[in-house]
Amino acid sequence: MTQTPRPSILPGLFACVLALAATAVTAEEHKKPHAAAVEVPKDQVQVPKPPFTEGIFPCSQCHDPSAMAPNQKRRVLKDMHTEISLHHGPDTRWCLDCHDAFSRDSLHLANGKLVSFNTSYQLCGQCHGDKLRDWRVGVHGKRTGMWNGAKQYLLCVHCHNPHSPHFKPLKPMPPPARPEAIQLKNGGAK
Amino acid sequence: MTAQEPCQPSSGCQCPSTEEGSRREFLGVAVAAVAAALTGCEKLSAEEFLQDKFTELSKDDVQKVIARLEKEYKEKYGKEVKVGNAPPVPGTIFGYALDLSRCIGCRRCVHACVKENNQSREPEIQWIKVLELEKEEGVNLQHAEQYYNPDEVPREGHFYMPVQCQQCKKPPCVKVCPVGATWREKDGIVVVDYNWCIGCRYCMAACPYGARHFNWGEPTIAAKDVNPETHYLGNRPRPKGVVEKCTFCIQRTRQGKYPACLEVCPTGSRKFGNLLDKESEIRYVLENKRVFKLKEELNTQPNFFYFYGV
Repeated sequence: MTQTPRPSILPGLFACVLALAATAVTAEEHKKPHAAAVEVPKDQVQVPKPPFTEGIFPCSQCHDPSAMAPNQKRRVLKDMHTEISLHHGPDTRWCLDCHDAFSRDSLHLANGKLVSFNTSYQLCGQCHGDKLRDWRVGVHGKRTGMWNGAKQYLLCVHCHNPHSPHFKPLKPMPPPARPEAIQLKNGGAK
Repeated sequence: MTAQEPCQPSSGCQCPSTEEGSRREFLGVAVAAVAAALTGCEKLSAEEFLQDKFTELSKDDVQKVIARLEKEYKEKYGKEVKVGNAPPVPGTIFGYALDLSRCIGCRRCVHACVKENNQSREPEIQWIKVLELEKEEGVNLQHAEQYYNPDEVPREGHFYMPVQCQQCKKPPCVKVCPVGATWREKDGIVVVDYNWCIGCRYCMAACPYGARHFNWGEPTIAAKDVNPETHYLGNRPRPKGVVEKCTFCIQRTRQGKYPACLEVCPTGSRKFGNLLDKESEIRYVLENKRVFKLKEELNTQPNFFYFYGV
């Protein structure tokens, strides 16, 4: 049976950073987990593409280092990306804790190592190590596909908006009919 | 019924074979009439009335039964409905685990199940019942509410517990069935032969999980809503007057797919796999998480587990 290899223990990183580039996802949107999967090396898990807002990626479209020098001063953004409200960890956190100032189409770990948006779980796992461990074995988050064969995973950001990761409440689907609401018609319940 | 045996002159048979045929035809019609009188159902064919228990059918007979059912469904719904009879996958016992710390009670699973498994729509039969429980009370079924309908779930101070067939290793429903119309398959799925079920509903009384449901009326399902991928022991359209239940989506899981309720769950609370496979996620849950069985004290020995994933 095909099984994803058990995780190798990640480097013991302790600084908390987060992925800022993925867009808000509602729980409804990840119903199609079979979307084109990102090419990943054999020893890594297969995940669909990150849920970017249309047209936003690659970030280097706008963030061209030759045209605009990165401003690394910690501040509240006033001109761009104002729709993003950050509710993730301490208030002091900001964009460049996770997004890389010099390699705009990447994220970075606390040790400065660049991480692609396709493997942003490495970034999340720096703080949420227990979740990453469970996710790798298929216990945290959803797996689809075959119970005895190929499986599809979702990235953390498919269910948790990295800027506001708490899972959003949903409207429940209709409750069952109460027995008294079921009418008898033509000798059978109708 | 109309197959004729060759009439050998040496056997002393004087009758022409056509008469023998007509006698058999007459018997067939008579049996059908008795069947109609006994069951009050005019649609029951003589073949169906005379069909043996599924477990005792020969391979040829199974194929005949399936061909008859597919023909009947095509007449009824105007489209091809495939009735499978895939046997258990060798070396497999299915297990299910549900993460109570993640389920938010959105009932996506309930309705995906209805669509996948061809349940009656009006009134709707639901194989999954989601209970809203109070965090202060814990798993106390006296404080369970299944008709909750707020604007948003989860509600403050509550948690949610979907209950469906627990696929017990010692299923009380199987024990009480007077005709042997329900049994536990080798892969651990408890199934019902709808053509053998007499509708006495003893199994419903015996099941401590409320997992079995009865077709009080003729099941109503629009032709466009019929899922054409079915299994004889699972989601094929049922007749009136029989009991039905969750089969872990037998038509999917015996082909290696996950059950429909698992695939639709937006929170990833549902875990499914082979209990005999040490590498499966279900085994990881059982070995590493805090797990409990619902009503364990009844010794039904469910293969459905609840756990706390946090």
